[in-house]
Amino acid sequence: MLVEMLFYLFGTVLVLAALGVIASRNPVYSALALVLCFVTSAAIWLLVEAEFLAVVLVLVYVGAVMVLFLFVVMMLDINLEELRKGFTRFAWLGWLTALAVIVEIVGVIWVRGIGVDVTRSPTPTAADYSNTLELGRVLYTRYAYPFELAAILLLVAIVAAISLTMRRRPGLKVQDISSQVSVRAQDRVRIVRMQAEKRE
Amino acid sequence: MITLSQMLTLSVILFALSVAGIFLNRKNVILLLMCVELLLLAANFNFIAFSRFLGDINGQVFVFFVLTVAAAESAIGLAILVVLFRERRSINVEDLNTLRG
Repeated sequence: MLVEMLFYLFGTVLVLAALGVIASRNPVYSALALVLCFVTSAAIWLLVEAEFLAVVLVLVYVGAVMVLFLFVVMMLDINLEELRKGFTRFAWLGWLTALAVIVEIVGVIWVRGIGVDVTRSPTPTAADYSNTLELGRVLYTRYAYPFELAAILLLVAIVAAISLTMRRRPGLKVQDISSQVSVRAQDRVRIVRMQAEKRE
Repeated sequence: MITLSQMLTLSVILFALSVAGIFLNRKNVILLLMCVELLLLAANFNFIAFSRFLGDINGQVFVFFVLTVAAAESAIGLAILVVLFRERRSINVEDLNTLRG
C-alpha cells in the first residue's frame, strides 16, 4: 500500500515535471524540470527494485548530463521571443500524435495482448538479493564485448565533443609552452660590441 | 505492490508528452534535445518494467547501454549546438538552411 502511494506520488510529480519541460517559457526552467523528471524516475526505479540503474540515473544524468545542459543554456544568449513565436501553431498536431501513440501502445498491450498478465505484481525479491551483483554478473560475462564497445563509444564522444568546441582565437595572449622550452639564448640576447662613449 | 500496467501507463504518458513537446518546441534545438532525453527515459521505463516483471535481468543491461548512448548523444549534440550558435548567433531550426542550394 505504501509502495503504491509512493508510486502515485512520484508518478504525478514526474508527469507534471514533464509538462514543465515541454511547456515552460524559459529553457533554464525546462532544464531544471528535466532534473526533477530524472530524480522522480530514479525514485520509481527504486520502487521496482532496479537499484543500480536508479543510482546511475542520478549520478550520470543529474550529475553530469543535466549540468552540461544547464551550462549550455546559460552560455548561449538566446532570443526567446523569436523561438517562442508560433509556439501553439502546430500544438494540435503534437497532441494528435501523442494521442495516436497512446492509442497504439494501449492497443498493443491491452487489446492484442503481449502474452503476459499486465495486472500482476512481481514476486518480491529475497532480502539478500543484490541487483548490482546480478547486473554485474551478466554485464562482465555475457555482455563483455558490448560493454567495451560502450566504453569506446564514450571515448569517441569525449574526443568529438572537445574537438568540435575547441577553437583558437587569433590575437589571444596565451603561453606557447613548446616555443618557450625550445628558445635559445642567442634568440633573446644580442651582444653588441661598441666603442665607449665619452662623458660630456 | 506496483503492477506492470501501472508502469506501462506511466511510460506511455511520458512518451506521449515528450512527442508532443517535440512538436511544440520545434524551433528550439536545445528543447528538442531535452525532449529526446525524455523519450529515451520513457523507453527505459518499459525496459525496466518488463525486466522486473518477467524476472529477466537482460532488460536492465539494455537500459545501461541506452543510458550510455544517450549520454554520448547529448554531449555531441550540445557540442554541435555550441558550434552552431557561434556560427549563426541563433539556435532556431529555421535558420539551418545552409545546405539548401
